[in-house]
Amino acid sequence: MIAALGIRLGDPAAYVFLAFAAMTCGSALIVAASRNIVYSAYALLLTFFGVAGLYAFLDADFIAAAQLLVYVGGILVLILFGVMLTHKIRDINLSNETTNPIIGAAIAGFIFLALAYVSIYTKWDVVERTASPTTGEIGKAFVGKYLLPFEASSVLLLGALIGAAYLARREKEKP
Amino acid sequence: MPVANLEWFLLIGAFLFATGVFTILTRKNAVSVLMGVELVLNSANINLVAFSRFVRSPATLGPTSIEFPLQGEAAHHVYGAAWIGGNVFAAFVIILAAAEAAVALAIILGIYRNLGDVDVDEVTAMKG
Repeated sequence: MIAALGIRLGDPAAYVFLAFAAMTCGSALIVAASRNIVYSAYALLLTFFGVAGLYAFLDADFIAAAQLLVYVGGILVLILFGVMLTHKIRDINLSNETTNPIIGAAIAGFIFLALAYVSIYTKWDVVERTASPTTGEIGKAFVGKYLLPFEASSVLLLGALIGAAYLARREKEKP
Repeated sequence: MPVANLEWFLLIGAFLFATGVFTILTRKNAVSVLMGVELVLNSANINLVAFSRFVRSPATLGPTSIEFPLQGEAAHHVYGAAWIGGNVFAAFVIILAAAEAAVALAIILGIYRNLGDVDVDEVTAMKG
């Protein structure tokens, strides 16, 4: 039974894993369903934290740290700025309207069932591997095999920086 | 090995993907749609890292268009192990998500300045 579930329930870490999984999925539901956009934004914070915990359970230390730094520290702050700047602050009801929830739920449910079917019924070629630090390997991959995409992404970030600053600036008043 | 099977992580990723798609499809507020996109990107990242951790990777770095002078075991020490590929891909996805969020919010602020609202149904003109 326990082996069939695919989780080592005797291990205390399994309960921490389940807590992270529940936090991720539950807060993702709040993001999708909350009527208040500020609640959605803060639930997204919990989702990002939960995903970072899942990365830690996958022995991906660098990605977990990058998730916290970039998503929680950067993207979430940007989204909160977006919420604050696009609503009149005196609005008591920061509305977050939903259209066609039934069709959307049907499509999302179909996608989830299809993905779950593939996930469970595929014979994955799983290999035993001991955990090892990933940061050094990622660094070697960045300056080795993936040097060209790494440099291209730095140019992309520069372009995004300039483009975002250009788009968000106020138009100069015409003299 | 991690405390849970590959399937657990894939199911969590599938759930996040479905909630993200639901958010993108049903929200009228552009900032909420952006949150849905972030959920979808996170779900893809979970899958990438999970496959990187669990699934057998090719013994060598595999065919590329670039000739690498080192092969086999020596290549692993210099270019990084082959199994790290999923983690590297996830790092690139995080980079892209940061760029995407910055540009998308700049566009949303521009829409708000011009239309006074961020309802995606109202944005029907490319120019003006």
